[in-house]
Amino acid sequence: MAAAAAGPGPGSAPGDSPEGPEAEAPERRRKAHGMLKVYYGLSEGEAAGRPAGPDPLDPTDLNGAHFDPEVYLDKLRRECPLAQLMDSETDMVRQIRALDSDMQTLVYENYNKFISATDTIRKMKNDFRKMEDEMDRLATNMAVITDFSARISATLQDRHERITKLAGVHALLRKLQFLFELPSRLTKCVELGAYGQAVRYQGRARAVLQQYQHLPSFRAIQDDCQVITARLAQQLRQRFREGGSGAPEQAECVELLLALGEPAEELCEEFLAHARGRLEEELRSLEAELGPSPPAPDVLEFTDRGGSGFVGGLCQVAAAYQELFAAQGAAGAEKLAAFARELGGRYFALVERRLAQEQGGSDNSLLVRALDRFHRRLRAPGALLAAAGLGEAATEIVERVARERLGHHLQGLRAAFLGCLTDVRQALAAPRLAGKEGPGLAELLANVASSILSHIKASLAAVHLFTAKEVSFSNKPYFRGEFCSQGVREGLIVGFIRSMCQTAQSFCDSPGEKGGATPPALLLLLSRLCLDYETATISYILTLTDEQFLVQDQSPVTPVSTLCAEARETARRLLTHYVKVQGLVISQMLRKSVETRDWLSTLEPRNVRAVMKRVVEDTTAIDVQVGLLYEEGVRKAQSSDSSKRTFSVYSSSRQQGRYAPSYTPSAPMDTNLLSNIQKLFSERIDVFSPVEFNKVSVLTGIIKISLKTLLECVRLRTFGRFGLQQVQVDCHFLQLYLWRFVADEELVHLLLDEVVASAALRCPDPVPMEPSVVEVICERG
Amino acid sequence: MEDDAPVIYGLEFQARALTPQTAETDAIRFLVGTQSLKYDNQIHIIDFDDENNIINKNVLLHQVGEIWHISASPADKGVLATCYNKTSDSKVLTCAAVWRMPKEVEPGSHESPDDASSTAHTLELLCHLDNTAHGSMACVVWEPTGDGKKVISLADNHILLWDLQESSSQAVLASSASLEGKGQLKFTSGRWSPHHNCTQVATANDTAVRGWDTRSMSQIYCIENAHGQLVRDLDFNPNKQYYLASCGDDCKVKFWDTRNVTEPVKTLEEHSHWVWNVRYNHSHDQLVLTGSSDSRVILSNMVSISSEPFGHLVDDDDLSDQEERRPEDKSQEPPQDSVIATYEEHEDSVYAVDWSSADPWLFASLSYDGRLVINRVPRALKYHILL
Repeated sequence: MAAAAAGPGPGSAPGDSPEGPEAEAPERRRKAHGMLKVYYGLSEGEAAGRPAGPDPLDPTDLNGAHFDPEVYLDKLRRECPLAQLMDSETDMVRQIRALDSDMQTLVYENYNKFISATDTIRKMKNDFRKMEDEMDRLATNMAVITDFSARISATLQDRHERITKLAGVHALLRKLQFLFELPSRLTKCVELGAYGQAVRYQGRARAVLQQYQHLPSFRAIQDDCQVITARLAQQLRQRFREGGSGAPEQAECVELLLALGEPAEELCEEFLAHARGRLEEELRSLEAELGPSPPAPDVLEFTDRGGSGFVGGLCQVAAAYQELFAAQGAAGAEKLAAFARELGGRYFALVERRLAQEQGGSDNSLLVRALDRFHRRLRAPGALLAAAGLGEAATEIVERVARERLGHHLQGLRAAFLGCLTDVRQALAAPRLAGKEGPGLAELLANVASSILSHIKASLAAVHLFTAKEVSFSNKPYFRGEFCSQGVREGLIVGFIRSMCQTAQSFCDSPGEKGGATPPALLLLLSRLCLDYETATISYILTLTDEQFLVQDQSPVTPVSTLCAEARETARRLLTHYVKVQGLVISQMLRKSVETRDWLSTLEPRNVRAVMKRVVEDTTAIDVQVGLLYEEGVRKAQSSDSSKRTFSVYSSSRQQGRYAPSYTPSAPMDTNLLSNIQKLFSERIDVFSPVEFNKVSVLTGIIKISLKTLLECVRLRTFGRFGLQQVQVDCHFLQLYLWRFVADEELVHLLLDEVVASAALRCPDPVPMEPSVVEVICERG
Repeated sequence: MEDDAPVIYGLEFQARALTPQTAETDAIRFLVGTQSLKYDNQIHIIDFDDENNIINKNVLLHQVGEIWHISASPADKGVLATCYNKTSDSKVLTCAAVWRMPKEVEPGSHESPDDASSTAHTLELLCHLDNTAHGSMACVVWEPTGDGKKVISLADNHILLWDLQESSSQAVLASSASLEGKGQLKFTSGRWSPHHNCTQVATANDTAVRGWDTRSMSQIYCIENAHGQLVRDLDFNPNKQYYLASCGDDCKVKFWDTRNVTEPVKTLEEHSHWVWNVRYNHSHDQLVLTGSSDSRVILSNMVSISSEPFGHLVDDDDLSDQEERRPEDKSQEPPQDSVIATYEEHEDSVYAVDWSSADPWLFASLSYDGRLVINRVPRALKYHILL
């Protein structure tokens, strides 16, 4: 490789080697090796093995076999500039010198080695000659030994045969002795209780005895043995029946009995009967724990006890049975399965009773752990006895409990929501200091929202335990699919949101009859809550749920939009109801004030009536209240100085034009007049119109209801001159203060104009007050 | 099929009082009383010519005061009762009187000029229902099927039963009852039940509806809190004897079974303001008319609580002169209670609606600005009910 690399191709002089000077030494050595290889004729093979290199036939290759100095020189001269020529010359001189010294060293080194090798070879020649002699002697000695050995063997042959025969007789005698001693040994074993040993002896002897039973002596032995064996079997059975000993010992008994050839079927019946006795004992103790009077033990403890006691026992029984009665085949397995099914069923019934007691509890983690253990414990017998369906039954129980748990949580959430509402009611009803009302509502809303959210989260976390990785049943299809989607998402979360909306809506439906048993602030708060749910919370909760419970189920779920629409509808209804309730309150005030006053004999107005101030105050309070929870909303752009609008409503010209056509009964209706009226009313005022989610819309609704009431009430009364003037003053006052609350102040003007105009109509002596005087009175008061 | 356009008639004054001429069963005729404090009040007799869609009117002067309530005798076409305001020395008292129309304008003698511009006849007073001891009259209701001799009037918290004697020229107070309780109790309206031999009257005061037996003048039932707010009007189902409709300031119309007054049978909430008037159609009681101060008149189809079972044929005699019968569509779904139509011809609050006594498919509504609108039940529905 070095040879190839160092090949001074055109333009790469030897001195330009890519490696630095420090790499020069190995480079040179390799070069020397290369030359040696060339010398020993290895170059061909080596060259063939090399991946790539300059053409070996290249005459300009300095290290090549076909190097032609003339060609090379020619080439150099032709292609290289002078400086490079000089360089390559010095380089070549340097290389030649180095090669010379290398060669000298090599010759010295190898010379010494060659001399020592020659010496060694000579010494070896001498040594081998000596060894040859000794080998010859060894051959002769070996021949003598073989000869002797053969002679000894021949002499010992006879005796060897006799010894073999004697040994055979001895063994036979030992066997016979064993047989003769067998009865006594068996008896001894039975007495000592070494049943295993006895059965082993019996097994060993049985075939022989069977074979030689035609000989009277053996027959006697066999009879003896049978008697003893029968006794043995009886004792074993006795022990087996006593049942005091544990399952492993019983299994041993059964095993021995089987070895004694007892009928397997009967044994397995008996075995199962015993096992049943034991397991029933366990069940009874479990049931005792359940008992009505003593306080129920911890559910975890209960399942643990059941798991170790009953399930462990069942496992042992099943394992032992399968081992012992494997030969029984399908019928035996079926028997065991039926056995397990029956006892398992009873166990499950107990567990369910216990779990039912736990339903009311709040500690999910304990329950889940208990269920986990319960389920885990049952996996072993489940696997052992697939036919008994214990695993499936256990899973079913767990599922049922999980479902009940979900229902319980839903109830809990509902209760929490109702609790929140009660708190809010109390907070609202609690006497508060003046001015303290303000921050309360927003705070309450935040409290309610956060408390519900935290309850939801807590519930989610609690039910999430059911799907935790480490829980043994979490990978069951139910828990992966239906539990997440139908149970948690639909049943719990969607169900809760729905029920929340329903609860909220129920406030609009029933209590309206009884005159607003629900405090209006609560309506407002609930409305805002629902609206918040619509805008953010629902999607947040659902996203949270979907994230926590990676829903893999494909069953259809309620989309977020549907829920949002429901929440929005609820919020709208609540707000509308709020408007109605508040409107009613103010309406009642106005109605009473108009109905109870004697408008005919009233005095000249000096003041705005107190009730109007009250109306404005209440409206302001409502405005503040709504403002706490709802945004301002859009107002119709108006001329800046609205409050100073001249109170031109009741000008005589207008009255003439609109309401008092000259009395000409037969005159056709003035069409021009009619169209005027129509134009005035072109925008029909929808009094109880649906509200939007903002303050202005709410206030507009309330004011509309109130003013319409005022109008209707005024129309039912008859006014004296001063009565009319009082209405004028009142309306001007209202106009001064109410315009700022509504979206379209024109509406307030329109309605108030209407009120004054109606009052004028209901007045036999309509002399309006001077607008300036009206203004003075209003500003004063 | 096209429905006829509504016919509109304008009065020059504000008006609240409207009644069909109950005793008239051939001509479609309504009486409207005006409300004016400054001018002489009038009673307009509105004749509607169904074939030509023309209104004929006659005007009677009612000089004693503005009319708050009007009702026509069920027996005598010429007799009517009004409740009117009498203002005297800064006191307003609502009185009631029974009047007779002058012969010239009485139905039948219909030769009076169409444009009643020149002639303004005056009503002939028959008798006053003397209420000096009882307070303001809210309304006068005639015994529905009698000989026009008995009226009930409601004055403040009194319910007064009058006997009209000597061809109505004398009113004798036969019996009375009064409502006792705390606060100022005041009847707002009443109706006389056409059932039980006309022995029952229902009244409304504040939020309660009460039933009275006219024989003993004692209360027989009471629906406390029938409405969230003031109850404005009542009407009896003409065909189902225990059914009663009420309406009020909570914008609702409720239907009651007076045998069980704890819960309404049905509630409608279609109006957006106080409902002032509710009227059952005289023959097809699923048709319920309501008028409200949201300026709307709503015609509802209350099939579920009507006396006519679905698919039942009624009143075939009405059909004789109708157009060709449409094949009966038996496969139809049982219809739901629904709003048939909302009439928006009024610009102001509608204080009175009523069905014509002559044509069961025709009704009038009156708004405060004096506009009287005559409308018909949509033909499609009419045929649906008839066929």
